[in-house]
Formats: sequence, structure tokens, C-alpha cells
Amino acid sequence: MAFLEINQLRKRFGSLEILKGIDLTLDKGGFLVLVGPSGCGKSTLLNTIAGLESISAGEIRIDGQPINDLHPSKRDIAMVFQSYALYPNMSVAQNMAFGMEMRGVPKAERDKAVAEVAKTLQIEHLMQRRPSQLSGGQRQRVAMGRALVRQPRVFLFDEPLSNLDAKLRVDMRIEIKRLHQRTGATIVYVTHDQIEAMTLATRIAVLKDGELQQVGSPYEVYNTPANLFVADFMGSPSMNLLEGKVARNGGAPQITFQRTNHPPLFVAAPPSADISRLADGATVIFGIRPEAVNDPESMDKNARSIATFDANVDIVEPAGSDTFVVTSIAGKEVTARMRADADVRVGRNHVFAFNLDRAVLFDPASTRRI
Amino acid sequence: MTSADLITSAPSREPTRHSLTTRFVIYGLLLIFAFIYLIPLVVMVMTSLKPLDEVTGGNMFALPRHPTFAAWVKAWGEARIGVSDTLGINGYFINSIKMVVPAVLISTLLGALNGYVLTKWRFPGHKLVFGMMLFACFIPFQSVIIPMAVILGMLGNIGNQLTDLTGYSFGFGNPTVNLVIVHVIYGLGFTTLFFRNYYEAFPTELIKAAQIDGAGFFQIFRRILLPNSTPIFIVTVIYQFTNIWNDFLFGSTFAAGDQSPMTVALNNLVNTSTGIVEYNVNMAAAIIAAAPTLFVYIVGGRYFVRGLMAGAVKG
Repeated sequence: MAFLEINQLRKRFGSLEILKGIDLTLDKGGFLVLVGPSGCGKSTLLNTIAGLESISAGEIRIDGQPINDLHPSKRDIAMVFQSYALYPNMSVAQNMAFGMEMRGVPKAERDKAVAEVAKTLQIEHLMQRRPSQLSGGQRQRVAMGRALVRQPRVFLFDEPLSNLDAKLRVDMRIEIKRLHQRTGATIVYVTHDQIEAMTLATRIAVLKDGELQQVGSPYEVYNTPANLFVADFMGSPSMNLLEGKVARNGGAPQITFQRTNHPPLFVAAPPSADISRLADGATVIFGIRPEAVNDPESMDKNARSIATFDANVDIVEPAGSDTFVVTSIAGKEVTARMRADADVRVGRNHVFAFNLDRAVLFDPASTRRI
Repeated sequence: MTSADLITSAPSREPTRHSLTTRFVIYGLLLIFAFIYLIPLVVMVMTSLKPLDEVTGGNMFALPRHPTFAAWVKAWGEARIGVSDTLGINGYFINSIKMVVPAVLISTLLGALNGYVLTKWRFPGHKLVFGMMLFACFIPFQSVIIPMAVILGMLGNIGNQLTDLTGYSFGFGNPTVNLVIVHVIYGLGFTTLFFRNYYEAFPTELIKAAQIDGAGFFQIFRRILLPNSTPIFIVTVIYQFTNIWNDFLFGSTFAAGDQSPMTVALNNLVNTSTGIVEYNVNMAAAIIAAAPTLFVYIVGGRYFVRGLMAGAVKG
């Protein structure tokens, strides 16, 4: 039995349904990231776990115990808010001890717990300051400290890094990951940043319009997206999606793309997809990650199925570690992730290769992966 | 104007001359208005320090030749107020203090509590309730006098019955208590409006964090909300203090004789139709009557503007 269980959770505001039957589980010590575009219901889902919003139907259990009707303070959870929500009238130490004070923990015990957490987070020198005297990163640490100090069963993070600048965000991301590895805490984390989701999670749940699109490990969600939405949402730059048709020229199943100034391109059907039930000429969406598009010579040596083609280079984006090359096939942009020193020039023809082991196919009607 | 115009039409010398003229005009106007506003106060203070023959015989703007506090002493402890046997305004001053302090504190605290509930513990129909409380701000004083008198009369009866039963009235029927009740009820609309607008901008995440931390309804109010409400608290106290202290209508309607507040006593002193008009005593009494509001403004004034701004725009 999973540690955190959410069964058929529904949330309605009047006639508007925000969460449409969510089923989720998380094991003890797991790190679940809820990710999705704004308005997808991920924050609402987190708030229902916290008890800050009531649910319309369904059940939430922690460690087997239903908590739907418990007051937030009785659920043994701690939450880190996007705005940190530090009490402005209290010092850092008072902020961290407030939860224990409200629960009637003796002062000596409170001080000891606060001192321990302060040491772990290296904020001991800030204990007497007010939140207004702290920098963004320090506030973030204090907010985490306030959650940690009570040693709750589940930690909830509501977009905790979105108010920080880019560099600090990366630092704090590593900090959170380290904290999770060291304490083995069970964490539910909401973000709209798919990189945060990929790097932190042991389990990712992608939401859209109040419905779960896919739940799985970061590897699964990234490499075998359940549908077009997940394929497009996860990854930066996002997955290349091209419209093609099934073709069987003398046996081996192939996908063909119409091109304007070139003859049609034929590639072998990706091994990941079973297209035996699709008729010749059926339309499919061919998805391939930018890192699976490259020079033929720098292709993965273990790749079993490769297709090469030449195309005009539209844009070259050097990103330092890699160079992103944008070309187009069948009227759609295709981004290739190449070595930083790749010899590519805008306007020239270049030979590209698809690593078909990494390609996936989608049904354009249902948007599901084939 | 395009951005190019902005750049070319900004030579370095032009703005200084321009701003100097502007400054001159601004400070000139400010001085004129300050003068206009200060003249009555100066005349009052000077008149109150003159003996009566100087007042009746001399120029209003002339400096006192023999300054004396005799008029102040008389106003405070010796002047006859209306037909009352009590001499001086000191008793009425105390009446006003006894009425204003509880009325201000109760109405402010209730307003804070209302604002807290109307923003952070919303219930179905909260907009209607707030709308009706706002409406209370626009009800003219005069229109509530008769219903209020009826209600106070009922409270007075309860007081009489309590006295019969227990030998103690618990304050029901006492004019000062009545005035506190009237001012609390009448002020509630305003204090609620102030606090609601202030708490509307107060981050709700703080309330949620406190809920998760295990704080209850009143604990959140006392530990999180109130300590962060200093500016609006001071605004409300100044506003309520000034209004209640300066109120004449309710004071003259619901309290009589020795129980009257300061404003009514001042009127009775000034409007005495017997003997000669002692302007110096009247002026001294008027200054004493105005002193508490002036004091509150001076102490809390710098929060006043800040608090009004905070309620209006700050997040």
C-alpha cells in the first residue's frame, strides 16, 4: 500500500470542475512532482492535500488513514508556499517555532529542534532577523526550515522556486534535492517548470485541464510520453512533431514525409511503435527529441535504426554546451541538438540523421502514443 | 511625443530654471495657505491669554500686554456651564474621555475582527453583509436618532429591572454607556471598511501557513493579523477619536446635564445668555476641547498618511 494515496479526487467550484477524478499514489520517501501549464489544477490538488481546500468527491489517505475531513493542522503535513509566507512580525527563530508553539511543545524542545534545522540549512546567523531583512534565497531557506522543523509525514511545496532569479533557482534546486536524499522525506512538489520536474522528481504527474495525462518516472515521461500534450510539454526545446503517413513499400513498414523542394522522405517505422494495425496512408504524428537528431557521424553508436536526410539550415543557436540547429521538414520546424563545435552554417545544406530508436508515433485523432 | 523628442528636448540648463520657478510658486502658495489656516488659532491663543478688559477694549490681533492664564483656570474649574451647578469644564472633559476611549477601542477592535472575517473567512453572502455595512457609513446621523432613542430607552428599562433584581444596573441606562453603544454602532461601518480594505491586500498565504501551523481563528487574528496592522489601526483610531470626540448631536440628544460630553458643555458655556460674554474664557475652553484630537494627530499623524496609502495600494 502506498504512503500517500489519492483516489478519484474531484473538485468543483459551482458547475466548473477543476479536478476531474485524480488517481495518484506515492511511496514513502518519494518525490512526486505535479507539473502542468497554469490553470491545470496542480495547485488546487496540492491545496486539497494540505486541507486548505475542501474536496467535492474522492479520498485522500496518508499512511492508510483517510485525511479528507481533517483540519490542515491535524494532517501532519508542512507546506512551503510560493511567496514563502513568513510571518513578517516574527523573527526567523519565532517563525520556525510557531507551529510547535501552537501545538504546545515545551520551549526547550522547540529551541533544540529549531537550532538543529538551522544548522542543517546553514541559517544559524539569521535566527534573530525579521523576514524583511533577508534576501530571497534566505527567505526560501527559512520557509523550508519552518517546514522541516516539525518533521511532518508529507512535505508540500507550492512552486517554491518561482520567485528566485535563474542562478539561485538552480542552487536551491540542488539544495532541495540534497535535502530529500538526506532526510528521505516524502514530498509533493508543484511546478510549471518542466526542468525542475525532471531534475527533482522520482515520480512525475503531468496535469492538463484537471486531468492526469501521465504518471511515471522522469525517464518514462520524457522518453515515452503518453500523448502529444506530454510530448510537447516536457523537454526544452520540446519534442519535434512531424506529420507523416504510413507506407509499406514491399514489406518493411515505413513513415513517409512530404517535402516541398525535396523528394519525399522515407524512414523506417520506430521500433517503439506497433503500426501493424494501421493501413497504408494512415496519418501519424512522428515525434523525436532534438538530441536524437544529429550529424550522421556523431550519432549514438548503439543506435540500431537510423535514417539520414539532407535539409537546409534555417537557424543556428549556439548555447555553449550544445548548438541547436533548426531546419524544416514537411513544413514543420525540426530542432537538432548538436555538438558545440559542429560545422553548420545558416543557408547551407546539411546532412542530418534521426535516431529512430528514440522516436515515437502518435495517433493524430486521439493524440495518444501508438 | 516620440522617444527621440524626449532625448533632444532635454538640455541640462532648462529644467533647473523651470523647477526653481515651480518651487517658488509651490512654497509661496503653501505659505499663504498655512497663514490663512493659522490665523484663527493664533487669535484664539492670544485672546485666551488676555484679561477681559484687553479683549473688549483692544484689537483682536494685538499681542496680549499682560499675559495671564486666568481665563484658562476659569474655563477649567470656575466657569458656570449653562444652568448646571457644576463649575468649569473639567467634569465634562472627563465625561468625554470616559466615552471616547472605550468607544474607540471597541469599535476599532470589532472593525478589525469584521475585516478579518470578511476577507479571510468568507462565507456565502459576505458581499451583501459588507455592502450593508458600507451603507451604514452613508446613513445621516439625524435619521437614526429616534429609533436609537427607543432602543436606548429599552436598555434603560433593562437596567432598571437589573437594579431591582441585583441592586446593580451593569451600566444599562447610564448616559456615558449609552453614548459608547451609539458611537460603537455608528462607527462600525467605517472601521469595518478600513480594516476590510487593508486585510484584502494582506497575503492570504500567511493565513494558510498559520492554519497548517495549527493556529486557530483567534490565534491567527491576534498573532498574525493584529501585529501587522499598525498603520490601519492608527488611521482608524485617529478617525474614530476625532469623530466621537467632536460629536455634538448624539451627545446633546442622549446625555443631559452633568453627564454631557465636552462638546455640549462648550456650547452651553459659549451660548450662556446672561452677563457679559467672556471671550477669553470661551477661547480657552475651545482650545482645551480641541486639544485631545490635536494631540492624537500629532502622535499618530505620521502613520496616518502611510496607513491610508497602505490600505489603498500596497500588496
